[in-house]
Amino acid sequence: MRYVVKRLLQAIPIVLAIIILNFFLLQLAEGDAVDVLAGEAGSATPEYMAELRAKFGLDKPLPVQLAIYLKNVMVLDLGYSFRHEMPVSELIFDRLFATVLLMTSTILLAVGFGVLLGLVAAMGLNTWRDTAISIFALITYATPLFWVGLMLIVVFSLNLGWFPTSGMENFAMFYEGWDRVKDIAHHLVLPTITLSLFYLALYTRLMRASMLEQAGQDYVTTARAKGVTENRIMFVHVLRNALLPVVTMAGVQVGALIGGSVIVESVFAWPGLGMLAFEALFSRDLNLLLGIFFLSALLVVAVNLVVDIVYSSLDPRIEVD
Amino acid sequence: MTRLLDITDLHVALPPESQRPYAVEAMNLHLEENEILCVVGESGSGKSLTARAVMGLLPKPRVRIAQGSVLFQGEDLAQASEERLRAIRGSEISMIFQEPMTALNPVMTIGVQIDEVFRFHDRMPGKERRRRALKLLQDVQLPDPEQTLKAYPHELSGGQRQRAMIAMALALDPKILIADEPTTALDVTTQAQVLKLIKEMQASHGTGVLFITHDFGVVADIADRVCVMQNGLVVETGTTDQVLRRPSHPYTKALIGAVPDLVPRPARARSSETVLRVRHLEKTYRSGGGLFGGKERVVHAANDVTIDLARGETLGIVGESGSGKSTVARCIVRLNDAEAGEILLGDTDLRPLGRAAMRPHRARIQMVFQDPFASLNPRTRIGKIIAQGPMMYGASAEAARARTLELLDIVGLDARAYDRFPHEFSGGQRQRIGIARALALEPEILVADEPVSALDVSIQAQILKLLDEIRDRMNLSMIFITHDLRVAAQVCDRIAVMQRGQVIEVGPTAELFANPTASYTRELLSAVPGKDWFSEPAISSETP
Repeated sequence: MRYVVKRLLQAIPIVLAIIILNFFLLQLAEGDAVDVLAGEAGSATPEYMAELRAKFGLDKPLPVQLAIYLKNVMVLDLGYSFRHEMPVSELIFDRLFATVLLMTSTILLAVGFGVLLGLVAAMGLNTWRDTAISIFALITYATPLFWVGLMLIVVFSLNLGWFPTSGMENFAMFYEGWDRVKDIAHHLVLPTITLSLFYLALYTRLMRASMLEQAGQDYVTTARAKGVTENRIMFVHVLRNALLPVVTMAGVQVGALIGGSVIVESVFAWPGLGMLAFEALFSRDLNLLLGIFFLSALLVVAVNLVVDIVYSSLDPRIEVD
Repeated sequence: MTRLLDITDLHVALPPESQRPYAVEAMNLHLEENEILCVVGESGSGKSLTARAVMGLLPKPRVRIAQGSVLFQGEDLAQASEERLRAIRGSEISMIFQEPMTALNPVMTIGVQIDEVFRFHDRMPGKERRRRALKLLQDVQLPDPEQTLKAYPHELSGGQRQRAMIAMALALDPKILIADEPTTALDVTTQAQVLKLIKEMQASHGTGVLFITHDFGVVADIADRVCVMQNGLVVETGTTDQVLRRPSHPYTKALIGAVPDLVPRPARARSSETVLRVRHLEKTYRSGGGLFGGKERVVHAANDVTIDLARGETLGIVGESGSGKSTVARCIVRLNDAEAGEILLGDTDLRPLGRAAMRPHRARIQMVFQDPFASLNPRTRIGKIIAQGPMMYGASAEAARARTLELLDIVGLDARAYDRFPHEFSGGQRQRIGIARALALEPEILVADEPVSALDVSIQAQILKLLDEIRDRMNLSMIFITHDLRVAAQVCDRIAVMQRGQVIEVGPTAELFANPTASYTRELLSAVPGKDWFSEPAISSETP
């Protein structure tokens, strides 16, 4: 518990640094929200643009803007999106659920099946199972995400009609309770498969290699010399050790998942943060973008903490203290 | 009466592409109850595979028993089913291994790992299993058995881990204990304790022990009978007394002859010129702690170390692992930075020098490393490895090549080695390459960090001889780091004993061996395996 509190305290300067870095990074991009608004409206006079800038607080010097932003973030006020005409926090929290849902299901699927497939491949080394799994991993590893997404839609939605083509739920049906859960889960299947395939392939290969490496370790010979059964050696001795690199890898990649989900979200019209960030970038909605970055940073910090705790329970050599 | 273990005409086949068809060939061996049989041999002699063959733990199907029988109380293990072998392993025949670091599963507690032995062989309630496990840990003299049950392997020291392994192996009171180099990875004092423990446990349980080792000192201390192996063949078997005192086979004679004598060789005159003076060297390693506090661990690896090195002399630094001997060596060569003190090479203090200022002095002190396999770049040809040094210091390519060929000759390697890669050479040859590399810069001082501890005893003797020759020929001064007092006795003029970062005793080798003043030095000396056998001058005169 003390460890968790300590880690959270340590996260504060990190998140702060990320905010400041993001702030300046976004300033490097040409143009601001006013340019975009004016461009879309057409025939805007310079006076009107200046007025708009003053209204949005964009006329103040950068450090002052930063200070104001930081002050607002402290009280969890992420500002106002001029584009969507809504407070940023509301916008983001609307979408957060969708993203977290997609991320969680993807990670669970990728790690779960990756571990399973890797295990099966390693246990039947050089048999047809191993070969089949390795080929599967190679193909999914090499196929672009968006293409997989489109193909899944063509096959399973359009031709077979098993799954909906897009969206997160069927609003027209006004589902309540468990029906709604089922509906969302139904919508979740294809995006999750699409997004997880690449990682699934990665974890499969990692797990296979890790199992093989661990199976050659001395402690396995010791276990055999003790007369322990092969099943126990595989599923208890080797498996636990082999999981460690996979968990490490998964922990690192959760952050990348948020970025990687943009493609999948656009293919499946999934109302997640990735889509929102993508739109915000093009409309120079910097407040919104900063808000999303801020939330992503928090998410990554939280996930890292969880991974570290999971890791230390898997590997006693790592002390959380 | 049936013998406990009777191996007849055993052939262990290797995969077809190997250097020889059989790892073990036409082996006949037997083990009685309540007896310790040592199988001795150098690396590649097939001694470990013999042990694996008995346990049914050969890496099948590539390595398998091709012919012969392994009778355990009359039952042929070579023909036994996997299931039967599994039932025997751990209960009737058990095994302990060389590396206590890796032989235990790092993510399971000692308690769980001991418990497995009971669970997979006997039906007994959990309470009974726990009671037995505690008793075992007490028997192998582990401190605080309750705590040890809950401990993970990394929380124990090497010696403690090996004790835990022994506890595990003896859990079901097996008839045979196979010990595969169980003390090789341990410090000498720990080794003495573990050997004593094995002997005690063997005596109280009446176990037959098949003890595999490369060390004749250990053989002398522990064995009732000895079996010597060379290239898969048993060349000699007999009682310890017979084999050690009256070896009949030339290979046995050569092996015993290669064991360095614990009696120091005659002292040489010491030059009055001091080439290196190390004064009050300090080096600490810190871990943990950091920005937000937490417990910081500080290890004092070098604590007020002061040593002198005269021209042409060999100074030995001896100590156990963690004593700081390697740290001192690395600080002198400036691979590590010491925090305080002086390293005076001539009149220059090397310690505070920066990268650029150090450059002209780098060539003057060179190092030979312990592991001949890890210390050469596997993708670089030997010629380049050696010639690189002189060329960095401005030698022309031709001059460097000529120098390299000359050095290869000096260290006893063929000129054809120039265009080869490290993996084409054996351990001993690689160590020669390492020495040639160090000599290429014409250093005044050679720092050798355990240069022979990874080598077989016969190769070890050759390398020590080579180092001696080179030192005289090039008028080198040498700092020789070792944990092996036998080796130290044969190469060092003076010895500094280190313990926990401090030099606790320095003196001429003969004096230090005859009259050690520090109690730790006495402890080290008395822990040398086989000291009673091999310190008797009779033995060396008998071997021609």
